[in-house]
Amino acid sequence: MSASSAAKWANGEAHHCAPNCAKPEKNAFWKNNRDCCFLDEQVHHGACNGGLYRRPFKESFEETPMLVAVFTYLGYGILTIFGYLRDFLREWKIEKCHIAREREEQKDFVPLYQDFENFYTRNLYMRIRDSWNRPICSVPGAKVDIVERVSHNYNWTFDYSGKVVKEVINMGSYNYLGFAENTGPCAEAAAEAAAKYGVGVSSTRQEMGNLSRHEELEKLVAKFLGVESAMTFGMGFATNSMNIPALAGKGCLILSDELNHASLVLGARLSGSTIRVFKHNNMQSLEKLLREAIVHGQPRTRRPWRKILILVEGIYSMEGSIVRLPEVIALKKKYKAYLYLDEAHSIGALGPWGRGVVDYFGLNPSDVDVMMGTFTKSFGAAGGYIGGKKVLIDYLRTHSHSAVYATSMSPPVVEQIITSMKCIMGEDGTTVGRERVQQLAANTSYFRRHLQDMGFIIYGNHDSPVVPLMLYMPAKIGAFGREMLQRNIAVVVVGFPATPIIESRARFCVSAAHTRAMLDMALSTISEVGDLLQLKYSRCRTVPSLDRPFDETTYEETEE
Amino acid sequence: MASGQQWVLVEMVQAFYEAPAYHLILEGILILWIIRLLFSKTYKLQERSDLTEKEKEELIEEWQPEPLVPPVSKDHPSLNYDVVTGPPSHKIIVNGKECINFASFNFLGLLDNERVKKQALSSLKKYGVGTCGPRGFYGTFDVHLELEDRLAKFMRTEEAIIYSYGFATIASAVPAYSKRGDIVFVDEAACFSIQKGLQASRSFIKYFKHNDMEDLERLLKEQEVEDQKNPRKARVTRRFIVVEGLYINTGDVCPLPELVKLKYKYKVRIFLEESMSFGVLGDHGRGVTEHFGVNIDDIDLISANMENALASIGGFCCGRSFVIDHQRLSGQGYCFSASLPPMLAAAAIEGLNIMEEDPDIFTVLREKCNRVHRALQGIPGLKVIGEPLTPALHLQLETSTGSRDADTKTLRAVVEYCMDRGVALTQARYLDKEEKFLPPPTIRVVVTVEQSREEIDTAASLIREAALEILK
Repeated sequence: MSASSAAKWANGEAHHCAPNCAKPEKNAFWKNNRDCCFLDEQVHHGACNGGLYRRPFKESFEETPMLVAVFTYLGYGILTIFGYLRDFLREWKIEKCHIAREREEQKDFVPLYQDFENFYTRNLYMRIRDSWNRPICSVPGAKVDIVERVSHNYNWTFDYSGKVVKEVINMGSYNYLGFAENTGPCAEAAAEAAAKYGVGVSSTRQEMGNLSRHEELEKLVAKFLGVESAMTFGMGFATNSMNIPALAGKGCLILSDELNHASLVLGARLSGSTIRVFKHNNMQSLEKLLREAIVHGQPRTRRPWRKILILVEGIYSMEGSIVRLPEVIALKKKYKAYLYLDEAHSIGALGPWGRGVVDYFGLNPSDVDVMMGTFTKSFGAAGGYIGGKKVLIDYLRTHSHSAVYATSMSPPVVEQIITSMKCIMGEDGTTVGRERVQQLAANTSYFRRHLQDMGFIIYGNHDSPVVPLMLYMPAKIGAFGREMLQRNIAVVVVGFPATPIIESRARFCVSAAHTRAMLDMALSTISEVGDLLQLKYSRCRTVPSLDRPFDETTYEETEE
Repeated sequence: MASGQQWVLVEMVQAFYEAPAYHLILEGILILWIIRLLFSKTYKLQERSDLTEKEKEELIEEWQPEPLVPPVSKDHPSLNYDVVTGPPSHKIIVNGKECINFASFNFLGLLDNERVKKQALSSLKKYGVGTCGPRGFYGTFDVHLELEDRLAKFMRTEEAIIYSYGFATIASAVPAYSKRGDIVFVDEAACFSIQKGLQASRSFIKYFKHNDMEDLERLLKEQEVEDQKNPRKARVTRRFIVVEGLYINTGDVCPLPELVKLKYKYKVRIFLEESMSFGVLGDHGRGVTEHFGVNIDDIDLISANMENALASIGGFCCGRSFVIDHQRLSGQGYCFSASLPPMLAAAAIEGLNIMEEDPDIFTVLREKCNRVHRALQGIPGLKVIGEPLTPALHLQLETSTGSRDADTKTLRAVVEYCMDRGVALTQARYLDKEEKFLPPPTIRVVVTVEQSREEIDTAASLIREAALEILK
C-alpha cells in the first residue's frame, strides 16, 4: 500500500482516459450542470463522461425555486429598511448604540470606516452573530463541548454563563478523518515532540529554523502524494498567498475559478499577474479563456503570455463540488498551461487511498504541476504543503516568501502530521487509516443520500464530505443555527458575503469519526428542524437510487 | 475601494446640481445612446480579429510557455539549508555540530522553558493538536479567548486579536483598514510582511527615508498641499504611517514620540509593528511605547508576533476595540485561516505569565544586548549595525566588494568558521528581487538571556578571529 504502488496504479488509469477528452465538443454535453433533477443528471453524466471518469461524476446544484428567491430578496429588503430605520434612531440617540466609538482626540481624523461599509455588519450580521465564533472547550472531534454564551443586548456583547453544553454532535469542524484527537498515537507523538523540542522554533527555514523533522515530514509528504519533492509551510492560507507570487509574475496569466478561496485570490493578486476568472467548474469557460489568451496574447502589447497558470481547488468548501480534474488536465495539456491544485479540503478526504482528488479520479500526480494542500483538515494539525517536481520545490526553497521570512512549523504540529499521514498510508502497520478513509466515504454517501431523500436542496458532488444544505432566507440562517444547537448539534451556517446573496446555506462536514448513530441522530434532527423552518425546498424528490450500491463496498471495485 | 466609490457618488450628485441645462440634456441623450448600444448588437473585442480557426490553431500550436520555474543552480546560496537536529534552543546541533545559539529569536529563552512545555502538554491532552476550523466555525477555543484577554491586559489596551501565523498578522491587518485610494507612509526599512500587507491593500504607498522624520514631514506636507487642491477627496482619504518598533532589518528603534507628534499635526494614524520589540523593550516588555513612555492609546494599532520573545507560533494585534474589532470580519488571515493550535496559545499564555512574574528578565536581556554590542565593536572588516539595546544585531562588511554574491560568500565563510567552532550564527536572508529596498548582506547576531558572559565573550572573540582569518 505504499505511495509508489498507488501512483503506478493511478498511472495506468490515466493513460487510457486522457487522450479521449481533448476534444472540445465533448464539453458541450454537460453544460447545464445547474440542472434541476438528479435523475436527469445521472443520465447525462453516465452517458457522456464514461471515457473520462471511472465512476459517474454526479454533481447537482438544484435551481433556486422562484418563490423562494422572491421571498429571500424580500427578506433582505425588509432587513435593509429596518437597518436604515434603526441607524436613524441611533443617530438621534433614541436607540442605545453599542458600537465602539472613535476616541475624542481623533474625531477630526478621516474616518477609519465609511458609514455604509459597516451597515451590513451592524444591521444584519449583528442579529444572528451568535451562530458564529462559538467558543468550544474540548477536542473538535465528533462530539464537542461548547461554552455557553448569553447576550443581554441582542448580540452586541456576549457574557459567558460559565456553563458548558456537553457532547454536542459536531457537524462543523473539518475533521474529515477524525485525527482531531487528544489520545492515541498522534497525540502521543505530538506530546513527545513538545516535551523534547518545545513548541516554537523562533527562526525561519532559511536561517536557523530548518529542523531535521521538517525535512523528514517533507520526504513523507512527497511519498504520500506520489511526487518528486515537497515543501511544507506553517499556515495553509499563507501557503497559497506566499507561494503563488513565486510562481507567476508580470506578463503571466492566472486563470482562476470564480469560487476559489480567498488565499488563492490574494496570492494571485500579490503575484502581479493578469487574473481572469472562469465560471465555477465550467470547462467551456476555461477553454474559451485559454484559447483567447493564447490567440490574442497580452492586452495592448500583444506579446504572448509568458505562462498561464490555472488555479483550481479539489473540493470547493462552500459548494461541496469536486473539480473536474480529468478535463482540466486535458485542457492544461492541450494548451500547455500549468495547473495549481489546492487540495485544502480534498487531501485525505477523497480517493480510495485518501490521496485527494488525483487519487479519486485515478490520475497521475505528475500531471498536476503544483499540488498544494493543508494539514489543518484531514490531518488534524496546521500548516500547508506544496508538492511537485524537484525543480519546482528547489525553486520554492530559494524563492518562497514563507521560507525566507516566516517562522517554521511548530515541532509538535510536525509530529502530528507525520504520525497521522503514516497512519493513512498504513505505514504504522495498522489498517486504521485506510478504514477511516473508507468510513468517511461511507458516511458521506449515507448522509448525503438521506438528506436528499428528505427533500432538502443539497449542493455539490455525491462523494464530497462537504455537504451544503440550502437555507436561502436570511432569517433562516440564524434560526437554523440556533435550533440545531438547542437540539445539541453544532452546524456551520453561512450567508453573504461568503455565498451569493440569496444562496445562504448550512454546511455539514462529514467525518470518519461520526458513528452511524450520530449521523442518524443528526439526520433526524435536521429533518425536524427542516420541517419547523420549512427548508425542504427540493422539487424533485428522487427515489433512493438503486444503481448506487452504498458504503463500505464503494471502493472495492478499484482494487484489481 | 468603498471610500473611492462614495467619493465619486458625492461628486456626481454635486456636479449634477451645478450643471447647466444643455449639459443635462446632452447627457440624457448620451445615456439613451448607451442604452441603445447595450441593446443593439453585442460585439466583442476579441471577435473583431479576422483570424481563421486554422490560424488560431496554429497560434495555439506555436505558443511555447516559459517553464513554470527557472532551474536553480545546485550551489545557490540558499538552496541547502542548515539542518538542526534536536531542539532549536540555547544549545543547538547544527549540521551535526553542537553550538551555542546566536541565531534564533528566542530572546527570553522561553523556547525550552519547562513551565511553558508543561502548559503546552496539558493543553494538548485536553484539546489535541489542530483546531480543524477557522475562528468563525468552531475554531474558537476558550484558550484563544483567554490569550486575547491576557495580551490586551499585558499591553494595557482594550482589545487584542490573535492570528495563527506571525507573518500574516501585519500583512492582514494593513489591508483591513487601508484600501484603494488611501495613502500609507512607510519607512524604507520596513520588513517584508509590512511590504506584502501594503501590496495587498492597493493603497498609494509613500516611502520615507529610514527613521528620517524630516523626510516624513516633507511627504506629509506635500500631501497637505495636495489635499488643499481637492478637499472633497481629502475628506475620505485615510492616511496611515506604518513603522516598526525595532527594525528587524536595521536593528534600531523608531522615534515614536516624534511620530506621535506628527500624527496629531497631520492627522495620520500610526500602525506599529513590534515583532522585535514586544517582550524586549520597556521595563515590563511592553515594547517601544513603554520604552518611550508614549501613551499606548496614541498608537492606533500595534501588531507583533508571538514567535520571537514568546517562542510560540502566531501573532497578535492590539489597540482600541474601535480599531481591532474590525479585523474579526476583515482580517483575511484571521477569517479565512484555521485558528492557532490551542497548545501554542497555551504556551503563549504561560510565556506571558513568566514575563509578568519576573520583569527583571528584560533588564537582564538589555545588559546582555549591551555586552554583545560592546564586544562586537572594532572587529576589523565588520561593522555592527543596530543600537546597543537591540537583541538582533547585524554585522555588515565594512567595505563591500561591490558584488552581492561575493559579499554573501565571504559572510557565509565567517558563519561557517564560527559554526565549526561551536557558535551558531546565520546570515540575514532576503529575497533579493522582491525587497523594495534590499538591505546589504549581513550576519545576524541574536542575543538571548540564556547566553552567559563567557559565551558572549567566546562568540565575540571567535567572530573576530574569523574576520581576521577570512577578511584579511
